[in-house]
Amino acid sequence: MKVKGNVIKYGDNVDTDVIIPARYLNTSEPSELAAHCMEDLDASFVKRVKKGDIMAAGRNFGCGSSREHAPIAIKASGISCIIAETFARIFYRNAINIGLPIIECPDAAKDIQEGNELEIDFDTGIIRNLTKNTSYKVEAFPEFMQKIIAADGLIGYIRQGL
Amino acid sequence: MNNGNAAGKGMTMTQKILADHAGLDRVEAGQLIKAKLDMVLGNDITAPVAVKEFRKIGLDRVFDKGKIAIVPDHFTPNKDIKSAEQVKYIREFAREMGIVNFFEVGQMGVEHALLPEKGLVVPGDLVIGADSHTCTYGALGAFSTGIGSTDMAAGMATGEAWFKVPEAMRFVLTGKPGKWVSGKDVILHIIGMIGVDGALYKSMEFTGDGLAEMSMDDRFSMANMAIEAGAKNGIFDVDEKTLAYVREHSTKPYKVYKADPDAVYSREYTIDLGTVKPTIAFPPLPDRARTIDKVGEVKIDQVVIGSCTNGRIEDMRVAATVLKGRKVHPDVRCIIIPATQKIWRQSMNEGLFEIFIEAGAAVSTPTCGPCLGGHMGILAKGERAVATTNRNFVGRMGHPESEVYLASPAIAAASAVAGRIASPEEL
Repeated sequence: MKVKGNVIKYGDNVDTDVIIPARYLNTSEPSELAAHCMEDLDASFVKRVKKGDIMAAGRNFGCGSSREHAPIAIKASGISCIIAETFARIFYRNAINIGLPIIECPDAAKDIQEGNELEIDFDTGIIRNLTKNTSYKVEAFPEFMQKIIAADGLIGYIRQGL
Repeated sequence: MNNGNAAGKGMTMTQKILADHAGLDRVEAGQLIKAKLDMVLGNDITAPVAVKEFRKIGLDRVFDKGKIAIVPDHFTPNKDIKSAEQVKYIREFAREMGIVNFFEVGQMGVEHALLPEKGLVVPGDLVIGADSHTCTYGALGAFSTGIGSTDMAAGMATGEAWFKVPEAMRFVLTGKPGKWVSGKDVILHIIGMIGVDGALYKSMEFTGDGLAEMSMDDRFSMANMAIEAGAKNGIFDVDEKTLAYVREHSTKPYKVYKADPDAVYSREYTIDLGTVKPTIAFPPLPDRARTIDKVGEVKIDQVVIGSCTNGRIEDMRVAATVLKGRKVHPDVRCIIIPATQKIWRQSMNEGLFEIFIEAGAAVSTPTCGPCLGGHMGILAKGERAVATTNRNFVGRMGHPESEVYLASPAIAAASAVAGRIASPEEL
């Protein structure tokens, strides 16, 4: 699987309260959540995000609340992949479980800039930065996680085992 | 071998619990395992998504009706129609599945205060909860960690979850805390020291002679905030205080795990409780810790005393000790929220409400409410609150330009009186 898109970049410790503020958590409808995605950090996100865009960030992305509404909102807003230096562990699980591709790659996350065009090949683990003409190698997911991803998330994986 | 425990070396407390629940003799840091669950938890925000996912699996029963807890506590008593619909959805699911531990308003409390009080978690248990503060039960010597809604759905279906075995950091507590220093100050001090990702993916194991000076409520408050350092779980050695708590609250069988003497830790810190000062975390992150003497003049508009971090009976008592015979500052709204019905009744019977109301504070029914900016005390633009809660992120308690300062109940109550961040010593 390959994705291609432009980068929207944020800093360290992007928490799930700014990804989707709790005042919108009285629904779990993806499109409603997407309408408020990143609102308290970057009110322009919803207006400028395009389908296929890639989110990049620094350390500890998705820290805080366990709300799965956060990766759901990001996925529904059209983001095709998140690349960060590190992810908070609950967010990491949640993203894998709902089938939102995420990549932990400090080299890439530090080097990538807002507006760069990237092409990510999940099969080879290569991120190509088309703007800077550089590339980054990503460590493969453990086999177990690959199976979850291939099944389009944890629920698909469990259904296969029933 | 940089995985924390090479072959032949001992296991940490967390690793032992995980190994046992995975049916393995030993596990190593970094290993992926599938483990059996003793309790699966969800609330009114996360359980609706979990139920939707559970329905997709197509099962007509949960793995064990007695090992699931659903606690609508965040937006309850229902704050609006959408919230009421969400609670209705999970209530109907709980009835259909015969889930024993569904807690309706009237029995409900803030989930992480409620489950230990109801005896639903005991030492050695493995608990997952679709709420990040599920790590609270580490105070009981259980492995408990936050997960999302899909993991909750999978847990309800299969009674299992996958984990990457964490390496651990060890915190050796020594000495005796000073007056007005609580578990909250100790954990804010630690988070300030290691940072909001200082324990990312790791266990925080708490041990040492100083534990004897920490009450169970102190320990719950500390384990609760392990997630604010990025930890997978926080866990305490089991001692006489733990066992006394368990005997009082539960009839469930329990198992005491101890770390091996040769267990390997990625870092070890020794903390002399006698040197810890009352500590406040400034916005917008829980690691922006400052001791009370370094706070300066911070005027406030609201105080919240409650939450899964500090809504327990000792927290209520400390607040009452500070507020007794004093008045809440005219520029401050002081909102006090006992975390469960039992704590509410106990506070009432001990005369604490008389003190709160006489001081000019409002007492609320149990709810997470303002902690996450849900209801019952939302901040306007530019307003500041001192809260005994656990997060001070941008917009956490209301407007994105409002501010939350995290503190202990003693500091919060003193601040309510002073109208600025203050210590009880200053009143």
